[in-house]
Amino acid sequence: MSAGPDRHEPHPPVNDERDPGLQPERTRLAWRRTTLSSTVVAVLAVKTALHGGATAAGVAVCALCAVLWLGFLLVAHHRIRTLATTARPPALAPGGAGAAVLCTVAMAVCAAALVF
Amino acid sequence: MIEFVHNVRLWFAPQRVREEGHTPDYRFSLANERTFLAWLRTALALIGGGFAVDQFLPDLRWGWRVGLALALLAAGVLCSLRAVNHWMRCERAMRRGEDLPVSRFPALLGLVVAVVAVAMVVVVLVGWDA
Repeated sequence: MSAGPDRHEPHPPVNDERDPGLQPERTRLAWRRTTLSSTVVAVLAVKTALHGGATAAGVAVCALCAVLWLGFLLVAHHRIRTLATTARPPALAPGGAGAAVLCTVAMAVCAAALVF
Repeated sequence: MIEFVHNVRLWFAPQRVREEGHTPDYRFSLANERTFLAWLRTALALIGGGFAVDQFLPDLRWGWRVGLALALLAAGVLCSLRAVNHWMRCERAMRRGEDLPVSRFPALLGLVVAVVAVAMVVVVLVGWDA
């Protein structure tokens, strides 16, 4: 905003009437915040898994958590790109929401296995 | 319960949601999506709390530590499943032009958090080994 009107956006929005409520931008930032939360959980999972030295099972759980985290990032990245490049973004597909929740639940199951 | 199974089937068949009703204003869908993401972050925070209890309270007895951690993790799983289910129900209600579904889950979660907070205050005041 402070850089002036001639500043180039990384993703130039193609719509001429811009939504004054900035709904796509807010949704994009909500996805960013959520990936940040997921990163914190993944880091805590790795810390717990490698707490008592690097055992084979610990490394396996680490790898699984990394894969789940990457899966979440992929879903978020896909959605963020759609939100940033389309003027009137379509509603989130249930498959995307399901995949994000699946990654979250799987991380919780990993956590339960680690804690127990 | 049957309603829930029906909803679960809908998560994995996205095209079937678009079959009924008409597409609402995209801003309403985006607001619904943000609510879903906020609930997902709440779930992730609960899961992170489960890890934190396990990692940062090593002086707690094993039973208490594992019990508290598993309770937080279970709350996180419940919260994330409820998030996607509620999002789906809202999306469908908007397409059909119905009222948005009501839910007592927020009140339930709020009560649980309040009870845990009061318990922590009591524990801190009385001391761990009293």
